[in-house]
Amino acid sequence: MKLKILMLCCIMFLGAVSAGLAQGNIDTSSQTTTPTISPPASPGNLRAKDTPNDNGHSITLSWDLSSDDGSGNKSVLGYKIFRSTNRDSGFVERGVSPSGSKEYVDLGGASAEENDYMPNNSDYYYKLRAITADSMIFAEMAIFGPIQTTGQWYNTSRTLILLFVLLFTSLMVYFIVKARKGANLFVRKLAGIEAVDVAIGRATEMGKPILYVLGLGTAADIATIASFTILGRVAKKVAEYQTGLIVPCNDPIVMTVAQETVRASYLDAGRPEAYKENMVYFATSMQFPYVAAVNGTMLRELPATNIYMGKFYAESLLLAETGALAGSIQIAGTDEVAQIPFFVVACDYTLIGEELYAASAYLGREPVLLGSLKAQDYAKAAIIVLAIIGMIAANFHWNNFTEIFHITN
Amino acid sequence: MSGSRPWGKIILFSSIALFVISWLIKAGVLSSTGGVTDISVRDAFFVTLAAFLTLAILSFLYKDNPYYKFAEHLFVGVSAAYWMCVGFWSTFVGNFIPRVSSTLSGFFGVPFKEFNVFYLIPLILGVMLLMRLSSKTGWIARWPLAFIVGTTAGLNLIRYLRSDFVNQVSNTFVPLLVEWKGIGPFFSGFSLSASGQFTLSLTNWVIFVGTFCGLVYFFFSKEHKGFYGGASRLGIWVLMVTFGASFGYTVMGRVSLLVGRLTFLFQDWLGLIS
Repeated sequence: MKLKILMLCCIMFLGAVSAGLAQGNIDTSSQTTTPTISPPASPGNLRAKDTPNDNGHSITLSWDLSSDDGSGNKSVLGYKIFRSTNRDSGFVERGVSPSGSKEYVDLGGASAEENDYMPNNSDYYYKLRAITADSMIFAEMAIFGPIQTTGQWYNTSRTLILLFVLLFTSLMVYFIVKARKGANLFVRKLAGIEAVDVAIGRATEMGKPILYVLGLGTAADIATIASFTILGRVAKKVAEYQTGLIVPCNDPIVMTVAQETVRASYLDAGRPEAYKENMVYFATSMQFPYVAAVNGTMLRELPATNIYMGKFYAESLLLAETGALAGSIQIAGTDEVAQIPFFVVACDYTLIGEELYAASAYLGREPVLLGSLKAQDYAKAAIIVLAIIGMIAANFHWNNFTEIFHITN
Repeated sequence: MSGSRPWGKIILFSSIALFVISWLIKAGVLSSTGGVTDISVRDAFFVTLAAFLTLAILSFLYKDNPYYKFAEHLFVGVSAAYWMCVGFWSTFVGNFIPRVSSTLSGFFGVPFKEFNVFYLIPLILGVMLLMRLSSKTGWIARWPLAFIVGTTAGLNLIRYLRSDFVNQVSNTFVPLLVEWKGIGPFFSGFSLSASGQFTLSLTNWVIFVGTFCGLVYFFFSKEHKGFYGGASRLGIWVLMVTFGASFGYTVMGRVSLLVGRLTFLFQDWLGLIS
């Protein structure tokens, strides 16, 4: 009997346990433990300052890491930064800095039209929160503020650039004065530029025009500005020899400057009446339609010489290849490193990079251009000296020297 | 020339016939999936037109011909008109009008922003540029040109000094013996077996020697003779090797452009590949 009662009790107990498990009512906390996160230690010493060397609208925050960041219970995953214009309320999250970081730059908008506009000379308050995997568990620091943003007139991190500008300008002025006094400033021969005169002569003999392509650059590009100088020289020779000139342009401003340049050259050559407005014309602003227009011109007008000087991109090979097919002598010059190989393979002469800038001085022999070319040479010598010193500094870990050249903004 | 005219006409009519047939077939293919609609007929027309224009441009590989001329003039005209519209609506209407006039903003349907007097400066410069249309006032156009060229050259001086001068100079500050700490015997920290150490040292040597010789090549104040001649020859070799690598890399990019165009012809137009 006792055995039956015992068995019945066991069955009832097992049934109750299985039913309880099925309904999930059994408390199993005694058998498994849920991971819990204890609040982390608060980060310390929140500091804020106006970000230096900018136009304002930015505050740089720094702090000491929480003792639970990377050590302790290692629960800190990052730091949330909040900002308000009121000490007591209205704090808005500005960003999250990962664990291990001690600094955050709060960069706001510079104009009222931007959503996160951060006007200068206003009071701002900050608070910092060390966050964990659980959004409800965190440690917050006391509020810091007020702090204001201001713009700086002088960017101290660019002092090195100012020094180089002053040095370069001084050298340039010195050599310009020297050239104006009649000093013979030597410039070595540039094969590509020597060929320009020959090519113009060839075009004259053949009775065919010269095609001058200024590339896709704007009037602001240095290569295009150098190209204007070369165009001036070419146009003057063309005017003297009474050869035809075709200058298709890709940019309306470039076209306007090119027209003025060619007009002035014709005037210098004493043949203003020979200048025609349609020598320099606008084709289109788009890259490949421009290529189609210039290629068509090459095959229809069959110019004796094609000169490509300026800024070129993917169209370089398309133009140079068509010119080679048309049997023209081709002289190219660009500072676009990726395009120089195409000109090298498809043109008779190529001015590589800085040779394009030197060409204008070499052709013109004007004191201003010669002076700047000489100054550039001295700047290159300075680079070589600096590179040698820098190499020695890198070997010996003289970081003070290499850091001088590290410009932050 | 007169003998080629009949052939020219025959080719022209054949091309038109081929275009129409291709358009109809393409419209039929498109409509078979969703029924004959205006959209399928229109899409078929544009796909066929794009394919014929592609072929017309590619015909330049044979020689200059009327089909290429047609495609070229269409391409140039459409692009010039397109950029004029983009310039008007994005620069003039999009940027300028909302800053100077609430009435004009309302007229063009763009929200008026804050009046900004500085936006009148480009307007004045633009009007001065247009003065060149008149022979009497054409000289005024030189002032905005001088402003544009001078200002941008001045701004670029700082930009280039930073990116092309200071940054590139600092990039040549590399140790020629990597991991050598400068303590003890000269080669105490140097090992050929150390992972990457020899390669990195060699790379740094190439950077240093290449930069040095490249700069000597671009030195214009000295004749390339003697030491300068040797260094500049090595410099031009370094440049040519760089250009060769760049050439190969870019050609691969161009091949991908060709593949893209052929994919359009064989997939979108002819439907030969899926």
